[in-house]
Amino acid sequence: MPRFILHRLLQALPVLLVVVTATFFLVRLAPGGPFSDEKAVPAEVQRALEARYRLDQPLASQYLSYLGDLVRGDFGPSFRYPGRSVDEMIFAGLPTTAELGLYALLISLVLGTAAGVVAALRPNSAQDYLPMSAAMIGICLPSFLLGPLLILVFGIWLDWMPVSGWGNVPGDKILPALTLASGYTAYVARLSRGGMLEVLSQDYIRTARAKGLPEWIVVLKHGLRGGLIPVVAFAGPAFAGLLSGSFVVETIFQIPGLGRFYVQAAFNRDYTMIMGTTIFFAVLIVAFNLLADIAAVWLNPRLRHQYRKRAS
Amino acid sequence: MSDEALQAERGVSLWRDAWLRLRRNRLAVAGGVTLILLCVLALLTPWIAPYDYRAQDLALGASPPSAAHWLGTDTLGRDLLTHVLWGGRISLAVGFVATGVALLIGVLYGTIAGYAGGRVDAVMMRLVDILYALPFMIFIILLMVIFGRNLVLLFLAIGAVEWLTMARIVRGQVQTLKQQEFIEAAVSLGLSRWTIIRRHLIPNTLGPVIVYTTLTIPSVMLLEAFLSFLGLGIQPPASSWGLLISYGAETMEEYPWLLIFPGVALSITLFSLNFLGDGLRDALDPRIAKD
Repeated sequence: MPRFILHRLLQALPVLLVVVTATFFLVRLAPGGPFSDEKAVPAEVQRALEARYRLDQPLASQYLSYLGDLVRGDFGPSFRYPGRSVDEMIFAGLPTTAELGLYALLISLVLGTAAGVVAALRPNSAQDYLPMSAAMIGICLPSFLLGPLLILVFGIWLDWMPVSGWGNVPGDKILPALTLASGYTAYVARLSRGGMLEVLSQDYIRTARAKGLPEWIVVLKHGLRGGLIPVVAFAGPAFAGLLSGSFVVETIFQIPGLGRFYVQAAFNRDYTMIMGTTIFFAVLIVAFNLLADIAAVWLNPRLRHQYRKRAS
Repeated sequence: MSDEALQAERGVSLWRDAWLRLRRNRLAVAGGVTLILLCVLALLTPWIAPYDYRAQDLALGASPPSAAHWLGTDTLGRDLLTHVLWGGRISLAVGFVATGVALLIGVLYGTIAGYAGGRVDAVMMRLVDILYALPFMIFIILLMVIFGRNLVLLFLAIGAVEWLTMARIVRGQVQTLKQQEFIEAAVSLGLSRWTIIRRHLIPNTLGPVIVYTTLTIPSVMLLEAFLSFLGLGIQPPASSWGLLISYGAETMEEYPWLLIFPGVALSITLFSLNFLGDGLRDALDPRIAKD
């Protein structure tokens, strides 16, 4: 296991390097040069940028110094907002986005797994079709459509929920969290149904039933562990999806989180902010994929064994 | 052998079998028919759209659905049906073209990697692994910001993301196929590598490729709509369902139909594609478990 983790960590490094390099050079490919239109940038920022990116030096040394700063966790000044650094803006938005993402993740895991297990217990019955049809709706109603619709129905027509904001009025976190969670709940439901169907037909489940264990122990203890493997494997990509989902949800509900900052930065062509957040997101996504892989190996003894064999 | 006899021989071919299975799946058939209908509407849009794309009626402003404007009009008095039709053209075009790009790259790449095997395969697939780990959504946004919001770039960027899974699927198929006897036979007949790849390998990977293609189109369309919704995809005066939904969301309190109709159009398309894709998967490759 430690060997596997080390191996995967070493694999993650080149990925991060590719991300940083691609981002750095892509931004410099911007037509007209991102750091050259003086009229749009306050003199103060321009000076900070020149010092920060050593614009008078060759590209290679600019790149190396940027790498060096990144390693120290310094993303540089904002291109559009004088006196603010990209770090400040990231850490101003991060807690909100993390909270939103956490709620969505919890909702989708709990609700999705429950729906998937219920459906798998009686395949091809109403108990299967009902949750799976709901899951299909969750997949075909993207968040940028579901969000406005929820606001329209529950916020405006029924007037049960606040239509925007985050943590100002009680209940204003419900709609954003549900909107962000819907698609993932659907995927988790489909994956856990598939996983459970496969596991429940295995011999060891029959053994568990044969020795007289109550059905709920068979399903929840013996079945779920194997049945959840596809869900765990999905958690890595799901996290990346939650991040980009937060762009939409935070824009719709006007939540001051990282996603909304990112979209605004994209609009304002705040190049340093985009570079910084892109790299920050990439690190998060790579880290989460790593965690999901480790969890999948930990849950699945067969993979563990396979890896040991390959390593030796 | 006469033509009829050949026909009878073919009676139980994989494709015919799959077709029969697909036809029994009512949801998939409904999805397929809806999809064909939508494509016909999109193709015929220039002739059947009830109003000119640029026509405005500022005096009318936003009006709910009526006999003259079946889906109502927007705040500038533009006919919504016309805009949904034209927007659908772009949304569907993005879906099909970007998926086509992914298909082309993915099938070629996967076939070459799978057929070559050994070190070439290892290097090629390691590259796919690295690309897989990149946060592409963010890179697409970055590209759109840096190079402006341009349709061709959008096609390429989305296509460049989606080919990875296709390459993996095809490579896996080719690896199994190339050990089978008919490939050995082709080799011993002295066929060139390229002929073997073109005539014997690629056609045999079609099943999973078709299934995955059908399921890629909706995810590509979602990506386009997502970007357009954020204002980073299709730009006015062009239109797409994502853009229309974004405008609709801004004014939904007063004019809910501007959100609802484009939303319905997008959802119907996504439903059709997903049902058809699921049906094709069950029909063409019964081994893939339904997830």
